Amino acid sequence: MSIEPTEKLTPMDGSAIAKWLTIIAPFLGLIFVIATFAILTGAPGKYLSPFNIRIVLSQTVIVAISAIGMTLIIVSGGIDLSVGSTIGLSGVVTALGINAGYDPTIAVMAGICMGGVVGFVNGAVITTLRVVPFIATLGMLGIARGVAKWIANQEPVNVAPTWINDLVVTFPNPPWLLLAPGVWIAILLAIVMAIVFRNTIFGRRAFAIGSNEAAARACGISTDKLRIWIYTISGLFFGLSGVMQMSRLRQGDPTVAAGTELDVIAAVVIGGGSLNGGQGTVLGAMIGALIMAFLRNGCQQMGWANYVQEIIIGSIIIIAVAFDRLQSRRA
Amino acid sequence: MPILVIRNIRKSFGQTVALDGVDLSLKKGEVHALIGENGAGKSTLMNLLSGVIQPDSGIMELGGKAYKPANTTDARRNRIALIHQELSLAPHLTVAQNIMMGVETSRFGWLDRKALFRRAGKVLENFDHPDIRPEKTVGSLSTAAQQVVEICRAIAARAEIILMDEPTSSLQRDDVQHLFRLIRKLSADGVSIIYISHFLEEIRDVADRYTVLRDGRTVASGKIAEVTDDLLISQMVGRPVDMLFPPRKPPAEPARNLVEVRDLSAPPVLKNASFELKAGEILGIAGLIGAGRSEMVKAIFGLERSEFGKLSFAGNPLSPGRSTPTDRIRQGFGYLSEDRKREGLALDLSIADNITMTGYSSCSKFGWLNLRRQRGQSEELIKGLGIRAQTPTQPVMTLSGGNQQKAAIARLIHQKADVLLLDEPTRGIDIGSRSKIYEIIAELASSGKAILMISSYLPELFGMCDRLAVMRRGRLSPIRPISDWTPELVMQVAIEGEDPLSL
Repeated sequence: MSIEPTEKLTPMDGSAIAKWLTIIAPFLGLIFVIATFAILTGAPGKYLSPFNIRIVLSQTVIVAISAIGMTLIIVSGGIDLSVGSTIGLSGVVTALGINAGYDPTIAVMAGICMGGVVGFVNGAVITTLRVVPFIATLGMLGIARGVAKWIANQEPVNVAPTWINDLVVTFPNPPWLLLAPGVWIAILLAIVMAIVFRNTIFGRRAFAIGSNEAAARACGISTDKLRIWIYTISGLFFGLSGVMQMSRLRQGDPTVAAGTELDVIAAVVIGGGSLNGGQGTVLGAMIGALIMAFLRNGCQQMGWANYVQEIIIGSIIIIAVAFDRLQSRRA
Repeated sequence: MPILVIRNIRKSFGQTVALDGVDLSLKKGEVHALIGENGAGKSTLMNLLSGVIQPDSGIMELGGKAYKPANTTDARRNRIALIHQELSLAPHLTVAQNIMMGVETSRFGWLDRKALFRRAGKVLENFDHPDIRPEKTVGSLSTAAQQVVEICRAIAARAEIILMDEPTSSLQRDDVQHLFRLIRKLSADGVSIIYISHFLEEIRDVADRYTVLRDGRTVASGKIAEVTDDLLISQMVGRPVDMLFPPRKPPAEPARNLVEVRDLSAPPVLKNASFELKAGEILGIAGLIGAGRSEMVKAIFGLERSEFGKLSFAGNPLSPGRSTPTDRIRQGFGYLSEDRKREGLALDLSIADNITMTGYSSCSKFGWLNLRRQRGQSEELIKGLGIRAQTPTQPVMTLSGGNQQKAAIARLIHQKADVLLLDEPTRGIDIGSRSKIYEIIAELASSGKAILMISSYLPELFGMCDRLAVMRRGRLSPIRPISDWTPELVMQVAIEGEDPLSL
């Protein structure tokens, strides 16, 4: 009765290779960058010394933690341009909290939650007022920065030393930690979020609305609610980045981290995230952040001017995405 | 001497043959109706003529010379203009800018605004439509007025052949009369028009000659005054029912009513639909594209705002207007979208994710997915439905269209829906997958599920359904057992809205 299916099997080989390539491409890029500078500096031992690697990793923490949150947003088909301002605002809130006499832990929580609040407002504006994410967060970029300057009285908020200052130091205390506590926190969070993406309904749904929002809605996913959650959770990551930023500067500077969002978005995109949504990995974003950090560090060691770094990083973003396009076209 | 001659045109897309030998000849100044069922190839033919796509083989001659438009600009240069079902105007620009788009007046590269408005105004003068002023923005006009602007654009480009693809689908009755006056004036001026419509009364009103397409082939043509409606309809549908369908026996009487719908409306299309759906039956909904069938199931499923409806499931009333798909899924409804790519599947996610997306709760605990269970459940359905895939983790987009559709149906089975709302379940897929899908649907029905199946493919409705209703312009005909219907009757109700059975 039934007729045998006549269509041919879709060849899997091509797409399997392509899938592999997109996963390992950022890795190869990172190795390439490190190898190039190890040779260029003429002193591989120095460039790859534990000391230098510690410096690079500590410098990456802020972008890396934000890139975890940004991966969540980009995977769900959104974008957030207010990251830099949120970092500044959260740092100021943390500093003010310490100065108001609260326990540093409370102050840190307040800083992180500030980021969550900003994210929640972003999500609410996007879903209830139907403003596209680009515009909603562009507006928030200004608002959060303004609020930070306002509550800081337009000047950096200096704080007395607390354990917060030790979060991203180059030499951790105690020394057996090997890496700064902030680095460990970033690694831990990256692992947790990678598992969340893979193993939780929340993570799979974030992919689903990014891949096809209409289908997600037809599958009974409350897309608006989910989006608000996504922006709020990501905001918590940006808030934590703000705490790290404050830790590094040892003050809450309301003008700090302007433009960091672009580094963060670049990290996710270099790591294989697609601004069309539905694609992206935490691991890729972490490698993307590292590629940029090693590049910066290498350029500094070479004594190259700042503009050289900027040109190289800009080119890498374009190459990474062009490579990705090429892959998906062939697949 | 015909102005346009089409001979033995063929065109296929991959494995699908869209046109398989089309002949048509168009005389200067005539209105030529092109008719046929959904999917007969009418729109493909229009796209060929307007240069959107190119034929695989066959001959087109324009004014005695070979006509091979490479693109739409080429077609325009040859004085052929296409007026789409959906208007293609720029709503933010003025009427004049829209009319003169592509043929802007310029002086040394600078736009000559005065001349632009003057010439647009002159074209508009033809149409005795004082409310359409050249300086108005198009977005502020009614649909009917926008259509006039679209036609003016064709005239401004000095089109000699205008192709109209269902131009009345978005028009009110008065505006249709207006459009017909316009068409007659154009044809009196020597412009030839190819007019696509499903509505035979319109065709009788406006056209001189006709060509019938069926399955991508020209099956008849002639003078419209010399044929009866009955003959036209039988030419449109006359084809044997394929032997693709599994044997079906109607649900055992008395089957219980699982779903009851009363006076369901979804403005602006759907008006007062009422029906009941029994456990174990397949209810078919026939009708033309745009008749409001998809809107009806979307309204039931909570994807479209609905009004005045009463809806009950197994005797319990459900709120019809304010519910979300989330509620409906919990209540036991499953929905298969007519548009697999846009609304059905998340193409770059895995088969397993797509199958279990609505029913995650069966393979998770406290929000954590049990990946092994998810994989196992997916594998079971992949095997059961004969989905040709290597692993549940491969992205859905690596599957063929037919297997993608099976994955979309697998989702409804996975969520254990009791009521399946299937919108064009076999659209655009190969014959092998189609027969498999028929088998699956028949099996689901015999296991006691209630199935509502929308289809534009009559043989499929006759091969599968227990009862059938026809929707026309947002209104649902009475439901009758399938044995009371014939394909000709369905087409007659879909096109003319008369139900001879009730007379």
